[in-house]
Amino acid sequence: MSDNKNKLEITVNGEPLVVDEGTTVTQLLARMQMNRRGIAVEINQQLEPRENHDHRIVEHGDWFEIVTLVGGG
Amino acid sequence: MDNVLVSCEQADEFKVGNHVLHSRLILGTGKYDSFEEMRQAIEASGTACVTIAVRRERLHDSSGRNILDYLDADNLLLLPNTAGCYDAETAVRCARMGREILRGLENPGANWVKLEVLGDSRTLLPDPIETVKATELLVNDGFQVLCYTSDDPIIARRLKNAGATAVMPAGSPIGSGLGILNQNSLQIILEDLKNDDPDYPVIVDAGVGTASDVAIAMELGFDGVLLNTAVARAKNPIKMAEAMRLGVKAGRLARLGGRINKAKYAAASSPDVGVITSRDPK
Repeated sequence: MSDNKNKLEITVNGEPLVVDEGTTVTQLLARMQMNRRGIAVEINQQLEPRENHDHRIVEHGDWFEIVTLVGGG
Repeated sequence: MDNVLVSCEQADEFKVGNHVLHSRLILGTGKYDSFEEMRQAIEASGTACVTIAVRRERLHDSSGRNILDYLDADNLLLLPNTAGCYDAETAVRCARMGREILRGLENPGANWVKLEVLGDSRTLLPDPIETVKATELLVNDGFQVLCYTSDDPIIARRLKNAGATAVMPAGSPIGSGLGILNQNSLQIILEDLKNDDPDYPVIVDAGVGTASDVAIAMELGFDGVLLNTAVARAKNPIKMAEAMRLGVKAGRLARLGGRINKAKYAAASSPDVGVITSRDPK
């Protein structure tokens, strides 16, 4: 990511993260190495369906929950 | 005898919502020592459906193994749960994310959810008010909702009326292994929910300790049993998984066979007439 872009502060799974302005959800997932099957993304407590990931631009202050499946009863 | 069992099972479909399961045992996937052990236990249990939980993806461990690599998602119906949620809103968010994941996997379990809204972390008993509220929200959102609940017959009725696809009372607290503690309440729930609707699915969820608990649940007339800890934390989970498979089968057959009435006094099995006597009767 080039340095001449504006930076945005977001939160992913409870931890702060800085990303370039204009980053898409798909790009964010790739950067976090979370671009694989079995993932769901929520932004600001609203589910963000995978078909939107390519064009949803990350905004300053976005609160992400990125989840997967684990063992459970 | 195997042929009898097979033919009985084939004719004895377990329908929950729009899903038809070939086993009446639903198995949890938590608390196994390894994914390999979990996979073997699933196989040994003969289950058609396993529960799974939705949790945050780890931020710093992309090499971590994923449970999906150890679940035969082509042949197993996945049932996502809302475990760990303590209010209706969070449970609904969790259910929607589970649905999103299962849609991506093209698993037919995407349209249902095991709803669990807990009251506190010590008892893990359900919060009945939040559970009813979440059921209504999820039903409105198109989910088939399988509700974990307590052994309270009134709440069970409320959940069914709220549109739950199945009601799943706990036999005893989650992971306790205490079996079915309040048989009377559970029988009232069965009678209530099935009175004018005999095929309505009622499932024991939680508390099972061993195979006899499962058999008792099935003998009482439950349609199925959902369990996890009793297998996952057994000394030998694979053996216990098979015991659960047989326990479900035995209990279901006993239910269909119809148990005798209980009586206070004995009733001889051998005929009274024709008993031999001694040479010099007294």
